[in-house]
Amino acid sequence: MNSTTVAAYEDIREGVRGLCSQFDAAYWRGIDARKAFPEEFVEAMTQAGWLAAMIPEEYGGSGLGLAEASVILEEVNRAGGNSGTVHGQMYNMFTLLRHGSDAQKQRYLPEIAAGRLRLQSMGVTEPTTGTDTTKIKTTAVRDGDSYIVNGQKVWISRIQHSDLMILLARTTPLEQVKRKSEGMSIFIVDLQQAIGNGLSVQPIANMVNHETNELFFDNLKIPAANLIGEEGKGFRYILDGLNAERTLIAAECIGDGRWFIEKARNYASEREVFGRPIGQNQGVQFPIAKAHINVEAADLMRWRACEEYDSGRNAGASANMAKYLAAEASWEAANVCLQTHGGFGFANEYDVERKFRETRLYQVAPISTNLILSYVAEHLLELPRSF
Amino acid sequence: MKILVAVKRVLDYNVKARVKADKSGVDLSNVKMSMNPFDEIAVEEALRISEAGKADEVVAVSLGVSQAQETLRTAMAMGADRGILVESDAELQPLAVAKLLKHVIEKEQPDLVLLGKQAIDDDSNQTGQMLAALMDWPQATFASKVEVGEGKAQVTREIDGGLETIEVTLPAVITTDLRLNEPRYAKLPNIMKAKKKPLDVIPVADTGVDVTPRLEVLEVNEPQARSAGIKVSSVDELVDKLKNEAKVI
Repeated sequence: MNSTTVAAYEDIREGVRGLCSQFDAAYWRGIDARKAFPEEFVEAMTQAGWLAAMIPEEYGGSGLGLAEASVILEEVNRAGGNSGTVHGQMYNMFTLLRHGSDAQKQRYLPEIAAGRLRLQSMGVTEPTTGTDTTKIKTTAVRDGDSYIVNGQKVWISRIQHSDLMILLARTTPLEQVKRKSEGMSIFIVDLQQAIGNGLSVQPIANMVNHETNELFFDNLKIPAANLIGEEGKGFRYILDGLNAERTLIAAECIGDGRWFIEKARNYASEREVFGRPIGQNQGVQFPIAKAHINVEAADLMRWRACEEYDSGRNAGASANMAKYLAAEASWEAANVCLQTHGGFGFANEYDVERKFRETRLYQVAPISTNLILSYVAEHLLELPRSF
Repeated sequence: MKILVAVKRVLDYNVKARVKADKSGVDLSNVKMSMNPFDEIAVEEALRISEAGKADEVVAVSLGVSQAQETLRTAMAMGADRGILVESDAELQPLAVAKLLKHVIEKEQPDLVLLGKQAIDDDSNQTGQMLAALMDWPQATFASKVEVGEGKAQVTREIDGGLETIEVTLPAVITTDLRLNEPRYAKLPNIMKAKKKPLDVIPVADTGVDVTPRLEVLEVNEPQARSAGIKVSSVDELVDKLKNEAKVI
């Protein structure tokens, strides 16, 4: 499968690489140092159509699937960049595509495809309910032609660089539903309209240069027409989107992993100590080889998840396992790369420390490694439930 | 006006070329191939002329193995309107390529033919010149600036002494140098569109052109490895070594 898969997406890889070559290591280093947002990069990705890859052609996009989207993000990270600045639009897109009404698609998709609107944010996580999503406290109460939203969200990314957000809120109280996964709904929130009119945004300074925020909803009014799909079924829609998200994050980790391996390989081949390249020592070689093996193995699971998702099958198991394997592999590769570089790995100009911080995030977000293990243990292997 | 651009599939410029064990040539199995960078510049120039409203069709043509269709798709993803591949599994030397291009030109009747000044694999730098001679058309090689006018083109050429500007009447052959332009990167919608653009494949046998190689490759060798330099302790020692060892001054 792999060799044909690789060949099939070569044109996409080439295109993204070409674009990324205009945003070199110095560009990303500068953005990181200034804690800035890579506006020029995001604009270039938008203009070249990459962020509209999954929008159907009739709405001005290219009508591609998760596999292609994953290749796009992989190549950004492979080139030394950070997909975290753009990936929101990829996984949010599936939610809108698969569950949005025709009117919603008509209204938003052409604008997103043309780059006039960005759909980069998703509001699910809350301060008191992380992965225990069914316990969310944010509510949306129907009031005539509107919903009134109250509550709080945290770790909501790219709010300041997005126009739209997909929001999960409870529309039926937990105690009134048969199953805890029922009674939640998703909405499209127009951020320009909402901020200052019931939505306030508090940025969170963090370890990586990632724009993320705390959100406070105080009687935010959303038109009822912005409800996606049926009321009460939002959790199911979100879960579907999360499988796409996890697969895309896996691909980003694979891109990171390949970047680290290449960087380590090059340095180990060039850096001479005691009259020979350090890569000649098996103590240096083997960890790089091992990390490479793990990155390539994770890649196979990524393709399985893409295939399942794109063919409409349940990709839950593969998507989670791909994310687990890829995040572990990229972290191992990051660690090996830093160790291979020795002291120089800590110098900003080698870019290793920046990518090291960035890839570390994926052990924790968008789902922590432990929760994947718990999912696999209890849902796939049907071991006794711990919670 | 119609522009024909010739594109060649070559070993990617980032790939380190390795000579086959039997020294018969460079090993091309399982290595990345891409469009000759000088041809990318030629495609870009054709597109710019077309976008300036001076041409209505840009046709990319390649000659060689079936996989060269990918190279044509790349040209079409950049913006070329259609592609033509003259398919041949045999080695095609510059004269054969020029003759095959002549065959295509006679059918297509372009007003301008753009080619890279040379391909980065064999560095022959012959095809454009041979083609102009076979067509009995004017040629402007090593172009660093092209301005298409009514029935003629002004071309600035990179020559040893600097820049030379000449005017050629169309139809003409122009070969492109490095500084002519910076080729664009294909956008996703154009990559998708390129998959649907027409691509004709013509078997080399159907052209009736004799493509038998006129040159025989006896042996291909890797360049000699560069040995490490030395540090000299004084200017006098440097001068002495340059004079007596290297014998360059």
